[in-house]
Amino acid sequence: MSAVPTTPDIVILKPAKGWLSIDLKELWRYRELIFFLTWRDIKVRYKQAALGITWAVIQPVLTAVVTTFVFSRGLNVQTGDIPYPLFMLSAYLPWHLFQNSLTRSSGSLVQNANLLTKIYFPRVIIPLASVMAAMVDFLISLLILVVVMVAYKVPVTLHIFWIIPFTFLAILSALAVGLWFSALNVRYRDVQQMVPFIAQIWLYMTPVLYPITITSPVWKFVYNLNPMVGVVTGFRWALFGKTPPDATIFVSVGAVLLLFVTGLFFFRRMEKTFADVV
Amino acid sequence: MEKDTSIIVQGISKRYNIGVTQERADTLRDLITQSTSKVGGFFRRKPEARVGLDYIWALRDVSFEVKQGQALGIIGRNGAGKSTLLKVLARVTDPTGGYGELRGRVGSLLEVGTGFHPELSGRENIFLNGAILGMHRKEIEARYDEIVEFSEVGQFIDTPVKRYSSGMYLRLAFAVAAHLEPEILVVDEVLAVGDADFQRKCLGKMGDVANAGRTVLFVSHNMSAIQRLTQESIVLDKGSVLMRGPSAEAVDYYLNRGLSKMGERFWEPDEVPVTAAPFRPLAIRILDKNGVVSDSVRSVDPITLEIDYELSEDLTGLRVGYYLFTTRGEPVFTSFDTDSTELFDQFPARAKGTYSSRCVIPANTLNEGRFVLGMNASSYRIKRYFQDDQALSFSVDASGAPGTHWPEARPGAVRLVLDWTIEKRD
Repeated sequence: MSAVPTTPDIVILKPAKGWLSIDLKELWRYRELIFFLTWRDIKVRYKQAALGITWAVIQPVLTAVVTTFVFSRGLNVQTGDIPYPLFMLSAYLPWHLFQNSLTRSSGSLVQNANLLTKIYFPRVIIPLASVMAAMVDFLISLLILVVVMVAYKVPVTLHIFWIIPFTFLAILSALAVGLWFSALNVRYRDVQQMVPFIAQIWLYMTPVLYPITITSPVWKFVYNLNPMVGVVTGFRWALFGKTPPDATIFVSVGAVLLLFVTGLFFFRRMEKTFADVV
Repeated sequence: MEKDTSIIVQGISKRYNIGVTQERADTLRDLITQSTSKVGGFFRRKPEARVGLDYIWALRDVSFEVKQGQALGIIGRNGAGKSTLLKVLARVTDPTGGYGELRGRVGSLLEVGTGFHPELSGRENIFLNGAILGMHRKEIEARYDEIVEFSEVGQFIDTPVKRYSSGMYLRLAFAVAAHLEPEILVVDEVLAVGDADFQRKCLGKMGDVANAGRTVLFVSHNMSAIQRLTQESIVLDKGSVLMRGPSAEAVDYYLNRGLSKMGERFWEPDEVPVTAAPFRPLAIRILDKNGVVSDSVRSVDPITLEIDYELSEDLTGLRVGYYLFTTRGEPVFTSFDTDSTELFDQFPARAKGTYSSRCVIPANTLNEGRFVLGMNASSYRIKRYFQDDQALSFSVDASGAPGTHWPEARPGAVRLVLDWTIEKRD
């Protein structure tokens, strides 16, 4: 047995009052738990599935095939010189990352209720780990994008690295909403019923399946406030060098940051009641 | 905080709100949730279950100190606040009032196997569970072999735990938890699991932890385990500390005072968890040969055990029964009201209403001493509605029983009249 440390930390127990900030030091101490929970999520999702993690690739490919038939062949949506499958995938992958992160993190606390009521750890780890798990899927599916680009003879340049900041924006947006939703869901399970609808409406408000050029200029400003509009146009810009995102993206980044920070505080405030009400 | 003090708790209280959120609509959203939950009705408890109460104090002004390396027992009947106290100490939930300090890492075994995932293999669960309990990956790797050996599931370590027997599952879960080495270990009733051999192994492991200079807080209904593992204990009742003293004294105090002295016990509505519905225990009592409620009965007389309960709905397959234990926690017998095939066939279902289930322990069965009567109401393999392992205690007096002409204490829980013959063989 290891020796008892001579000066262990002192833990204070007292009623939590008011707004708490995030204890980054503690979060760092629990970094391995974030890793293990992420690993568990991925492992469990593809367990006992013959195709295993290849599903992370198959799903976007099948979606691309179906949407190509519906939108490109059927509805004759024009995407300029970019072939529709590539046009769609370039936006669908970051969108899928966002949707996955949002859906999983929103339900995460309730799904892990047994942990919340038995063990102490910084609660924010749970939604964080579900976003990380979605991230792993995303990274795998990026391979597809590269393969499809090569197949359509679209040059892959270093410009592609511009997708990194937009990927972060997608994750941050998902987490900002996810923090609010996961904490609310502990008390009001209505949230988990609402999330799929919200995700669906959000998809229609984002130029994933259609080009941004068909949107009405009247509502342009409001439309651009959606951070996912910035993410999707940013991805297409990084990959194909098309129109860069509108400057409104800075407004939506600001809004996301605000939502994220208030989400963190709200989460911390609700945190102390999780074990009692979940 | 003194250097050798491990835990200080000052005036800790914990209040739980009951039903308030369902009763009052502050916002439109509250209102909407209220009406949807009424329509859905499946995840809210019924507000009328706790009439007139909108909160309960699970802990009231609890104060104590524990020195480093001390093992402190916490005794109390169901609902006394033991689990809430451990949850507060483990920081799972915040206290409503008061202050406390803990020196060092707190490891809690509030329930073994927390965070185990059925789809993952034994090996994967060791790492996952270790991380959840606060171990670092290096620590887990260092103790991995020890954990596997302790768990005795070595050859199935790469099998998903959903294929494990419940015994294997518990052994693995306890093995991980037992190899966690925090400065303060908080243990709640883990010894209630597994077979006798494994329980002995667990007790041994807990003893090692205490001997290694770590502080242990130990909650159990097993009075002999409390006495073996702890030097001192506190007795909790209705959220308050009734007394603190050497464990033998605390156990004695608890058995003689914490439980009803009168041979009869009534359950207040707030002592019965909402999950027990539609079953609600009303009263349990010991009757002597004259049918009089009594705390002290004679070994040479028949003893009647009676329980009254109410069913708010028709119930299929219900069985109500007793566990009898000695005060040291050794089981004497278990018996259910539908054990006999006649009654089993007669009561496949019980209609809504009030019932009494009654049985008689024949004369000349129990030895002298104090016994603890537990009760259980369940439908086999469907649901356990309510269980109280210490519903009541009573004394048996052996005066007049065979063999009492020798004034010596006889070991054993039973004192049967056996059919002896003596034969001269030459």
